This record gives sequence, C-alpha cells and structure tokens, in this order.
Amino acid sequence: MNEIKIYERPKAWAEGVHTHYCPGCGHGILHRLICEIIDELGIQNDTIGTAPVGCAALMYDYIDVDFCEAAHGRAPALATGIKRTRPDKIVFTYQGDGDLASIGTAEIIHVANRGEKLTTVFINNAIYGMTGGQMAPTTLIGQKATTCPFGRDPELAGYPMRMCEMLATLETPGFITRVSVARPKYIIEAKKAIKKAFQNQIEGKGYSFVEVLSNCPTNWGMTPVQAFEWTESTMIPHYPLGVFKDFK
Amino acid sequence: MARVLMKGTEAIAEAAIQAGCKYFFGYPITPQNEIPEYMSGKLPKIGGAYVQAESEVAAINMVMGGGSTGTRIMTTSSSPGISLMSEGISYIAGCEIPAVIVNVMRGGPGLGGILPSQADYFQSTKGGGNGDYRLLVLAPSTLQEAVELTQKAFDLAEKYRNPVMILADGFMGQMMEAVEIKEHVSGDLPPREPWALGCMGERGSKRSILKSLYLNPEDLEKHNIKLQKKYREMDKEVRSEAYLCDDAEILVAAFGTTARIARSAINNLRKEGIRIGMVRPITLYPFPTQTIRDLASSLKHVLVVEMNMGQMLEDVQTAVCGKAPVSFFGHAGGIAPSVKEIEDRVRSIL
Repeated sequence: MNEIKIYERPKAWAEGVHTHYCPGCGHGILHRLICEIIDELGIQNDTIGTAPVGCAALMYDYIDVDFCEAAHGRAPALATGIKRTRPDKIVFTYQGDGDLASIGTAEIIHVANRGEKLTTVFINNAIYGMTGGQMAPTTLIGQKATTCPFGRDPELAGYPMRMCEMLATLETPGFITRVSVARPKYIIEAKKAIKKAFQNQIEGKGYSFVEVLSNCPTNWGMTPVQAFEWTESTMIPHYPLGVFKDFK
Repeated sequence: MARVLMKGTEAIAEAAIQAGCKYFFGYPITPQNEIPEYMSGKLPKIGGAYVQAESEVAAINMVMGGGSTGTRIMTTSSSPGISLMSEGISYIAGCEIPAVIVNVMRGGPGLGGILPSQADYFQSTKGGGNGDYRLLVLAPSTLQEAVELTQKAFDLAEKYRNPVMILADGFMGQMMEAVEIKEHVSGDLPPREPWALGCMGERGSKRSILKSLYLNPEDLEKHNIKLQKKYREMDKEVRSEAYLCDDAEILVAAFGTTARIARSAINNLRKEGIRIGMVRPITLYPFPTQTIRDLASSLKHVLVVEMNMGQMLEDVQTAVCGKAPVSFFGHAGGIAPSVKEIEDRVRSIL
C-alpha cells in the first residue's frame, strides 16, 4: 500500500524531544506553528529566540534555533540588544501574561514605541501557569485563581488589561493583532498572523505583536476540551479577535 | 593621538569607541549623563547605535542581548541605577556573556546624593545580584587610567566571557584632565562563533543556547563549579600599585580618587620623615590580598581611607590577617577626605 505523507515534524522542531507541557496546553500548538513558519520562511539558521519566564521557559529545548534566556519580563529589551547588534537576524520574543503584561509592561510598551524590528508572540491564558495558577493582569472579573480565590474583584485588583488595544494607541507604526488557538479555524488564522509578524521583520518593517488567546486546563480546573471552549465562549468576548494596527 | 583636555565621562566614552564599542544602551542619571549624550552623537556616525532604554533595568537587558551576539557593547550608570542593573548583571554572569558596565559612583543608600562616593565597593565585589557570581572590578585613579582600563575591560570581558565593571566616582566623571586616547589593539581573544547567537550557520546549523536556568541540582552545581574555576583563572588579572612601600611602617590602602588625595598626604608626611606608603588596588576583584599580606608583618599600622563608611576596609582586614592593627578613615555624603585630614589622622596614629 502506498504511504501518503499527511504531516511531518517541522525541521525546526528539535529531534527526539518531548515537551513538558500539560495535555491540551496551547503552547504545544504555538510552538508547532512557529516551527512550521521558520521552515516555510527558510530562516532556521537566522532566527534567534528569547525564552521567557513561565511555562515556556524551556522552549529552547524544543525549537531548534539560537536562544537566549531572558529575565522575567525583560525579553523585549534583550531582543532589542540582539537585533540592534545583528539586524540581519530574525529575533522574536514569546511571552506569557505575567511576563508581558505584569512585570514586563514597561519593556513591551517601549519596544513597541521605539518600533524595534522585532516579533512578539504574546500567550494570554488569563492566569499564571508555571507558578501554580495565580491571578494575572489578564484574569477576567469573577475568574478564580489561587490569589483571588473568591474571583477577581475589580475593587481589589482592577480590571483585566487589553494589551493589543493599549499598544495600538501608540503613534509608532506596527502590526498589532489578536488571534486564538481554541479551534482549528482560529489556529489557521493564528498561523497567518504569526507568519505575517515574522515576514514583517524579514522585510524590515518595524514591530509586530500577536496576542494569542490560549488556555491553561490544569490551573483553570478544566479538561482540555472544556478549556478551549471557555477560551472561545468567555475570553474572546472580552478580548476581541482582530487587527488593531497595521503597516500602511 | 595628541593629549586632549577632556571630561572624565567623555574620556571613558571615547576610550570605549576607540576600543571598538559601537553600541551603547543606557539611561540618564547624574553624574554620568555626558556618556549617553556623547555616545548618542558619535555612534550613529560610525555605523553603530545608541539606544536610550526606558530604564536601567531595560538597559542592562539590552546589554545582555548585545553581548550575547559577541558584539562589543557597554552601559554606564551611577549607584541607584546599578542597583537596578543588578538583576541583569547576575543573568549576564550566569549566562557567561561578555559585557562592560561603568559605575560612576554617587552617595547612597537609596537616592542618596549626586555627589561622589565609593560606597558601591560591596555591591560590585561581593554581589549586588543574586547567586555565586563575580565581576572583574577595575578601579581607575586618574582619567588616563580610566581610559586604559575601559579599553582593557572589553578584552577582559571577551577573554573570560564575563561582565567587567569599571568603578569610577563622580569626581572622576566630572573633572577634566589631559588624556591620550589611542585606538585600542586587542591581543589574541577567543572567537565568538562557537558560542555567540547569530552564528548558527558558522557552527554548521548547531544552535547555541545562552541560559542561566539549570533545574537539575547536579547540573546547577556543575555550572557553578565551572564559574568558580573561571574566577580562579581571573585571579591572574590582579593588579595594584605599591607606592613607597619598601620601607613603610604605616600603610595606607585606598582606591580611585581617594588614592590620589592620599598620595599627596603621603608625600607631605614623608617630608617629615614618616615611613609611610600606600597600596592602591587597581583590581578590586580580584583583590590584591597577597600583596597586602606580604607587607603586613613589617607594618605598625594600616589605615584604610575611603569615601564610604568602611567597605574595602573588610578586604584589607582579611588580607592583614591580624598581623597589624587596621583602622579606617572616611567620609560619606559626597565629601572627600582632604589631604590635611588624612595627614592629621596618620599623625594621631603615631
């Protein structure tokens, strides 16, 4: 019987490694998309990633490109130093909601404001995964987490932050978009957006920011299927998908 | 190149440029703002880049990024800004990334003052950031020495793949002296291709991962042992200046600007027949412990003079190892010990 190849491991996915991510975690999908994009754009030898602090701290074990580990929240600054000294390379940050929207708020705003020729993939799952499920700046009102056990109360903790909308108010040109990986139809769009974000850098255009609504089955206390259903039913209404800014 | 009258901060900046540094990432803070200003004017003209970071926290991480590609980069700041950089310095040391950092010291703790001090000796030699790491710490005393040590710092950073700190003070930063700044020729240094980011092609598609995270305890211990081995290699870079020590009964220990003031006091006291000399550490890490220890048995007294409340004092006490009494004279707040104050203090010891 003839074999028909439907799918193969992307070349940029490190050989012989199994990720540590929980079953059903969006990181697995996003790492795969990034590896496919690196293959399709033919940039494996020219890509430099910065690893965040969060569940994806070990992403350098999975994606076969040069990597430097960043301090929590500092990846955009680290990436700026890398890109300014090696403008011929494709440099990206990959950050969670604590890394980017809490401790790294200054760095992400200023990298966008300076218009650094970089690509950021922002994984928003409305919770701190690696540290065991604490409240994030993007945790929804009423959503329970270990540091808001009664549900997020705006009187105590303010409202969840919409990073795309905030960054889109900056005058510096850029590409800012929000996508999701909750269903195959969203994943297809997410890949297009992330590929465009990398392509922009190849073309020397400026800063590209892709926020991805993802999930955390373990800390949300849901099954993977329930978790992606919650992303679609409850996160998307608060964090609308779409393009908030683009290059002319 | 001819000798030119230059301000200390600008001399340090030009020295770095002549050593091949084309990228500067920094943030304004008194008393070193001339450095970012100078860099912002010069670097774009030589195909480099000046990036004004949003904070010192961001600046040191940009330095880490620039250094990770094996490029000559630097940042400068002053005491409270260096505190902000301490996190990044620990990461840079843990990842073994070459970097040059200049601290133009001012009074502390906290916001402190804008006048000079030497109160970051502990911070630079004993830590500042977390974990078992060490910086090579160079303490110039004159502007010419600041020029030479700044240029040497880039070589040392690359030789050891380690952050190197130039510990200057506000006097040095703001004073003007005649300096000669030559284009710096580095000796043989290890190539960047085996480890630097952006050289995957040169490595036959083998990736480089620069990290400081080792979750496995045996791996982290192994990494720390490797770092310590490197620091023992760094010991051979120890440098100090011995001034009139051969027949000295009283030894002054001082570094940086304080040593210049002490030298004048020593010259005056020598005219009175007092057998006094000075050891001036030039590397604060590694510290010239053995040099001081070798002299200690023949000394009646060691006087440590600093512009702080007694920091290098402790390393001197360790070096002297009880063989002679050690005392301290210093000022904080931006006040420099005067020549007369040092002389009076020595006379009171006799």
